[in-house]
Amino acid sequence: MSENSFTLSAESLAQIEALIAQYPTKASALMPCIWVIMDEVGHVPPAGVDLLMSKLDVSRARIYEVLTFYTMFRTEPQADYTLQVCHNISCHIMGARPLIAHLEKRLGVRLGETTPDNMFALEGVECLGACGMGPCLQLGKHLYEHLTNEKVDKILESLRKGIVPTADTDRLPAGSGE
Amino acid sequence: MNKSGNDMLSTRFDRPDGHLLSVYEAEGGYKALKTALASMQPTEVRDVVKDSGLRGRGGAGFPTGVKWGFVPADADEVYFFVNADESEPGTFKDRLLLDYDPHQTIEGTIISCFAVKAKTAFVYIRGEFGWLIDRVQVAVNEAYAAGYLGKNILGSGFDLEMIVHKGAGAYICGEETGLINSVEGRKGQPRLKPPFPAVSGFLDKPTIVNNVESVASVPWIITNGAEAYKNFGTEKSCGTKLFSVSGPVKNPGVYEIPLGLPFREFFNEQLGGMADGEKLKAVIVGGSSVPVLTAEEAMNVNLDYESLTNAGTMLGSGGMIIIPESSDMVELIQVLMHFYFDESCGQCTPCREGTGWLHKIVKKMRKGEGTVGDLDLLEHVCQGMAGLTICPLSDAAVMPMRSFIEKFRPEFEALIQETAPAGNCSLWPRGEQE
Repeated sequence: MSENSFTLSAESLAQIEALIAQYPTKASALMPCIWVIMDEVGHVPPAGVDLLMSKLDVSRARIYEVLTFYTMFRTEPQADYTLQVCHNISCHIMGARPLIAHLEKRLGVRLGETTPDNMFALEGVECLGACGMGPCLQLGKHLYEHLTNEKVDKILESLRKGIVPTADTDRLPAGSGE
Repeated sequence: MNKSGNDMLSTRFDRPDGHLLSVYEAEGGYKALKTALASMQPTEVRDVVKDSGLRGRGGAGFPTGVKWGFVPADADEVYFFVNADESEPGTFKDRLLLDYDPHQTIEGTIISCFAVKAKTAFVYIRGEFGWLIDRVQVAVNEAYAAGYLGKNILGSGFDLEMIVHKGAGAYICGEETGLINSVEGRKGQPRLKPPFPAVSGFLDKPTIVNNVESVASVPWIITNGAEAYKNFGTEKSCGTKLFSVSGPVKNPGVYEIPLGLPFREFFNEQLGGMADGEKLKAVIVGGSSVPVLTAEEAMNVNLDYESLTNAGTMLGSGGMIIIPESSDMVELIQVLMHFYFDESCGQCTPCREGTGWLHKIVKKMRKGEGTVGDLDLLEHVCQGMAGLTICPLSDAAVMPMRSFIEKFRPEFEALIQETAPAGNCSLWPRGEQE
């Protein structure tokens, strides 16, 4: 996305104003405001940084410091589906490595790479807090647990049809029964 | 996934409706808050928590009520942070508390804020728990609508705003001053102490940072009293503790057990022993940062702060990692050193360089290029890291490194002497280790 084509929806802009009002200082609203842009655009382009500078009165350097310090913030466009497989100790013991090898084979890319059609990125990540349910894989807000090669194949099959399959953490819809 | 034997914190685990305000209220929820606001002074609340012996459940084990007492009595602006940045490998307990029973933590937070006179509370949840952040936000909205948050709570004159803050993938933000810097809109690099946050923290104002489990324990303590809480656990390790158990045991999951329970009993009776075909080799009892125990050592410890310290390890976060006989300990320490290298914030040279060195040396050994001097070199690097940095991440890398070598030295030596097959390095993430 080029700098000139950057527009944020009215809803996102309103969210940013609400966050500035809610947080004790403008600068303290930096992370949640980055999340607003991340959620809409998928990454924070240079024009997004300009917007944050003008809204929050913080320097460009400070915004890039924050954007590059936190691994979940991205400054470049991302693949359609970024599959993040935990390779920390508990998942490792439960078979994360063979699972990653399987994913590499299925996707035809190695860990850390993106498929040529930009559909899948395969990333190895540190502990996702699902240690007793490993091996596990994260896709955005969805966390898939107790993974096997067969389960992974089904997830890929569904994603190729454009459907994000129900994850283990989707078992309870937020606010259900209200 | 929970198999709780002691229902203090985990009564609503695995319940499909436990996260709802109506369910929480029907089971006695928010009664402790009503009691505190109607009939107690902030200092009384603090004293009850202090007398209960509740210790910080995030890892350090510092007495919660004592920490609250460090806030200057004349402070006009106090901040409260609930640390839900749960990122210590092996730890997945706080996520259950917030997923199945968010109101318990919200109520505990409100009472805690009343005790330290905080008017703003942040719940800092790690960014990877996206679904959980939605869950907690819905519960916070419910609490506002019911008058438990906002202005003049339950007519008491006490005001509290609660903000759910989403992290963005940094282990170091679990360190309390890193967390504070993060919410100030900075890199999550820890601050030099003193001053401690209770005196000067968020925006240089007095700030208390407590783990989710610590805060979630508060309503029970207020309702039942300090003495009742001390009926659980040992003399110095009071109450119950959540242990999150991973690895090839029959029943992994989160367990609430009274502190002081012998590991042997916990392992055999609740975890059901090892999964079929597996044999116990080692146990990391309190998250990846604490020294490892051999199977024999583990079978002789009790699960409380003092027993574990005496055994040369720590209770930590209660993230218990069960290591089977089939595991290659050198491979596992490479996994861990990769983690600490990846997560070092880069602020202190001993940690930034040391974690990288430790990882590099172990990786070299696993490539079959180890030399006889490498184990001494690893120890030498550890000496240059331990106790020499602003925060404990450096020590958190040193403790597993040293204990793995000390207790499983023959595996390292065998690898160096090439009597063992070279590790399967081809499966490592490429291009991101150097």
